[in-house]
Amino acid sequence: MPEPYEKGPYEKGPYENPREAIAPTGAGGAMDLAMSEAETLDKRETEPTGEEGTPPGPGGRPRSLWTDAWHQLRRNPVFLVSSLLIAFLVLIAIWPQVLTDADPLRCDLAKSQEGSEPGHPFGYDTQGCDVYARTVHGARASITVGIAATLGAALLGSLLGGLAGFFGGWGDALLSRTADVFFGIPVVLGGLVFLSVVTSTTVWPVVGFIVLLGWPQIARIARGSVITAAQHDYVQAARSLGAGSGRLLLRHVAPNAVAPVIVVATIALGTYIALEATLSFLGVGLRPPTVSWGIDISNAAPQIRNAPHMLLWPAGALSLTVLAFIMLGDAVRDALDPKLR
Amino acid sequence: MSENVTLPQQGAKQQGEALLKVEGLQKHFPIYGGFPFKRQVGAVKAVDGVDLTMFAGESLGLVGESGCGKSTTGRLITRLLEPTGGKIEYAGQDITHAKRKQLAPIRSEIQMIFQDPYSSLNPRQTVGTIIKSPMEVNGINPPGGREKRVRELLETVGLNPEHYNRFPHEFSGGQRQRIGVARALALQPKLIIADEPVSALDVSIQAQVVNLLQKVQEEMGIAFLFIAHDLAVVRHFSQRVAVMYLGKVVEVADRDSLYNRPRHPYTHALLSAVPEATVDGPQRERIRLAGDVPSPINPPTGCRFRTRCWKAQEKCATDEPPLVQISGNAEGHLTACHFPEEPTIKGGKEVVLDPALASLESDSK
Repeated sequence: MPEPYEKGPYEKGPYENPREAIAPTGAGGAMDLAMSEAETLDKRETEPTGEEGTPPGPGGRPRSLWTDAWHQLRRNPVFLVSSLLIAFLVLIAIWPQVLTDADPLRCDLAKSQEGSEPGHPFGYDTQGCDVYARTVHGARASITVGIAATLGAALLGSLLGGLAGFFGGWGDALLSRTADVFFGIPVVLGGLVFLSVVTSTTVWPVVGFIVLLGWPQIARIARGSVITAAQHDYVQAARSLGAGSGRLLLRHVAPNAVAPVIVVATIALGTYIALEATLSFLGVGLRPPTVSWGIDISNAAPQIRNAPHMLLWPAGALSLTVLAFIMLGDAVRDALDPKLR
Repeated sequence: MSENVTLPQQGAKQQGEALLKVEGLQKHFPIYGGFPFKRQVGAVKAVDGVDLTMFAGESLGLVGESGCGKSTTGRLITRLLEPTGGKIEYAGQDITHAKRKQLAPIRSEIQMIFQDPYSSLNPRQTVGTIIKSPMEVNGINPPGGREKRVRELLETVGLNPEHYNRFPHEFSGGQRQRIGVARALALQPKLIIADEPVSALDVSIQAQVVNLLQKVQEEMGIAFLFIAHDLAVVRHFSQRVAVMYLGKVVEVADRDSLYNRPRHPYTHALLSAVPEATVDGPQRERIRLAGDVPSPINPPTGCRFRTRCWKAQEKCATDEPPLVQISGNAEGHLTACHFPEEPTIKGGKEVVLDPALASLESDSK
């Protein structure tokens, strides 16, 4: 028989009660722990001059939502990978000569549909043009269309949606119904109708068409987020101070409503690039001699059994670009959404 | 007293003339419905005939349960909302429907402190910018520059002036509310509408903020309209108290009269709902109302409280009681009731209007 539990020798000493991992009193006891915890919390509360809240003086740049978002983005691998990819794509869109000296428009029919060979790693297409050179040069059209269309749609959409959301009334009703009408236009059908009458060979008709169909999406988001932001008490506070509509919009509403617009615009950029390729594939987007992934995919599609490389390289480049922008948009959304932190 | 009713002589003992005079103030929020064309099918009568008078430097508490129109009244007085009817007079000037330009000189004299310290400060602006903005909007350049003034204000409200460049999210709720107070003080106003300034705060912080407001009120002589549902806080803060029920003021009196000698049955019920800390000591009356506040879309005829009142009679449904000084009241003590209660809260009077609660209590006895 063991001794009665209460008299066990191991029960003596500071750990009287086995359920208390921390001794209630004495150095390192629960009280000390509580005190030290309370102290650190208190310090932060009353004068947050610690490591985090660096200089509180006039010169100190404290953390705002944007700096917080930037701190989080820098540690997000998705953001790092996608932004590196995008940087690379922008680079080759501006200087395709960095990667290739070959002229994408110089073709040799004798080499039609031939596979890769030294100096021409992606092989040749039906016309005997270098697929590698065409893929590299195709980035320019895609990036231009993507960025220009996104900028246009974001500016137009956020301006119209923001004003409609802020002022409300019949202007808001008119805009919302107009946006609904544009939402109702099927993208591909609309593209076939609108762009088939255009004869220009530049990228601008395509950009214009995407802006025309893209702004309602941004306008809806902007309208919603402006309505949300305008209901906050700080807007009421500014109004009770006598601030005018312009000041309210620029100082109080816009900075607090812009984040969702940025996120949606970044994600839309990827889809706009895909849309440009779709329109070019259908023959109504960009026209030769412009080099575009969509055109190349379109030309390669009938030959997919004979020469799959003609299709796979531009299609892969397209998918990678769209993926990069959508990933960037995702990462930016995560960083700007305070609820996810 | 021979007359049963005397004309209202609200605050005749008060100093000077009225700073703010509100008469029959109304705010009806329209309800739209119908198909295919939306039209107005009704209105939420959030505020329906409020009469208030405020004097320079005094603090008036406005109490009532949730949804009775306290905050709407506050926002009407600051003209954040457009009144449907009635009249608001500030320092003898009718501002009921004044435009933004006409209001500009008055804006700096009427300021507001908001309930939620988390949504009343722009998260994108630094504390300095927030407190500076009233001066910027109204084009005021204090001696020594705006930044110096902001630092002084921060010190006044008990914050470190070094916090000038910080963002609101770096502060706790109580500190944020202090920033809100500093913003309201920036223009040296004569009247501050405090819309439940402490109800979103921790109880321990509430006392600090209330004391700060009291200090500010006494030192700067600012009139406060203190909107709250916490009777203890109002009792601590306000010299006069107005009780609202369903969009109307039902009783106004100085603090002592209202808390010790209330006349309106609703005030009795409200006061008896305050939890008591003492076990022994004189027994207070206990009144427990039944049901909910009636809908402000379709308020009861006559007296609005009659649906929940234990003294209601035929007359209450037909005649609306005026807000007057009834017999037995001190001067400035106005009550809107046909059958007022005895002016006491003592005695173990027990009114239980909730049938379920009544049967529960009789079973346990």
